[in-house]
Amino acid sequence: MLRFVRSCGRLTLGTLREMGRMGIFLGTTLVDIFRPPLQGGQLVRRIYFIGSRSLLLIVFTGAFTGMVVALQGYIALRRFGGEEALGPMVGLSLIRELGPVLSALMITARAGSALTAELGIMRITEQIDALEVMALNPIKYLVVPIFLAACITFPLLNSVFVTVGIYGGYIVGVELLGGSSGAYFTQMSSAADSSDIWMGVYKSLSFGVIVAWVSCFKGFYAAHGAEGVSHATTQSVVMCAVLILVWDYFIGSVLV
Amino acid sequence: MIRLVNVCKSFGSQQVLSGLNLDIPDRAVYVVVGVSGAGKSCLLKHLIGLMRPDSGQVWIDDIEITSLGRRALNRVRNRFGMLFQGGALFDSMSVYDNVAFPLREKTRKSEAEIRDKVHERLFQVGLAGVDAKFPSELSGGMRKRAALARSLVSDPEILLFDEPTTGLDPIRVNAIHRLILDLHQMLDFTAVIVSHEIPAVFSLATHIAMLHGGVIVESGSPSALQASDNPIVRQFMSGQLEGPIDVY
Repeated sequence: MLRFVRSCGRLTLGTLREMGRMGIFLGTTLVDIFRPPLQGGQLVRRIYFIGSRSLLLIVFTGAFTGMVVALQGYIALRRFGGEEALGPMVGLSLIRELGPVLSALMITARAGSALTAELGIMRITEQIDALEVMALNPIKYLVVPIFLAACITFPLLNSVFVTVGIYGGYIVGVELLGGSSGAYFTQMSSAADSSDIWMGVYKSLSFGVIVAWVSCFKGFYAAHGAEGVSHATTQSVVMCAVLILVWDYFIGSVLV
Repeated sequence: MIRLVNVCKSFGSQQVLSGLNLDIPDRAVYVVVGVSGAGKSCLLKHLIGLMRPDSGQVWIDDIEITSLGRRALNRVRNRFGMLFQGGALFDSMSVYDNVAFPLREKTRKSEAEIRDKVHERLFQVGLAGVDAKFPSELSGGMRKRAALARSLVSDPEILLFDEPTTGLDPIRVNAIHRLILDLHQMLDFTAVIVSHEIPAVFSLATHIAMLHGGVIVESGSPSALQASDNPIVRQFMSGQLEGPIDVY
């Protein structure tokens, strides 16, 4: 019994300590964002890594997500004779929900894990210590560009995901299943307004912060050799995915 | 002058430094020896503020660094260079960019001035002509020398070496030691070297100290340490399994 209580206490303290360290890490990073100079070269490199190199994956998954939503939506709506609502259904679900969430999950899998591994390897090979010895701020030099790049690329990739998804839905709902081409886009543009688009932007922006935060934190404090980096990378991907889904519910409740 | 006063450091229940005192004079080649896991790298990281002691003081001349904020600590760090055990070269950069990195990030030198300085340092460490290679394309010895060139490029007053010859064959060990001595004579820095290369370090050091059990158990000139009758020092020097040092 005593052992159980002790292990519960140790787990609670460990979790609280980790949350505190994550909070301090985020706070330090946010302060360092506003400290000149901006690492322009690093920022461009990170935008290319997170953004450009995720583009094909986002196009591919966006297209098939739109196609699946259109296929299942068409089957469901036909039962009620509401096929003309396919456009709004595909559009709104992609703009408000599926676009931000799925694009963030895809970027986490492709770029977030790689960022954790990269920073983790830099930590265990003492490259981060080397920056400190050179009197350079490793958070400013390594983490801030990743944060800014994520804030820029996540909304852009989300918009690509949504656009491709809408056209994917069009191919299935209109070209393959014979829905009305005019109704698909007309109904969609009358159902969706700017608040829906802004919701998608806010969500993808906040997911960008979450992915950059968790990926960088886990990599930055990785320890215990190759196994430690592997452990940090796994933890980073799992935590990003869980936080994206949890935060999606809360921000969705606030912005509804 | 570098001075450590009663420095204690523990990780969890493991006490690594327990009241360590050490004085390192200017322009010395000060070698700290000790068994693996004795806390030598930990000691070195305290000198440059990469670790903070649980208690005690670390003085660099008249500045006590353990209580300094980031900005003040960075001013002190600008006087240091450090050669890490594995080199710690940035693997995404070429050798040239690695060596040029501190100058590009911390000085306003023109690219032509940086090029001259980088080539001078690479020549001094015997790596002329490898500018475009990446760290992964270099041998262990070349990586150490490239890292040494990077740590020297800012003309530090104090250079820390964390086991600079680990993993190298005896010929390269001697070559690195000769290089450190030549550079020390040429550039006149204070060198603090953590090593367990016995007896090779005796020809390198002006002062030598042995770290064991979290404290300096013996210090002095290399000849004094070799003549020491301290059983811990004697066992370490001879490499015998029996003695006061618990091997397992």
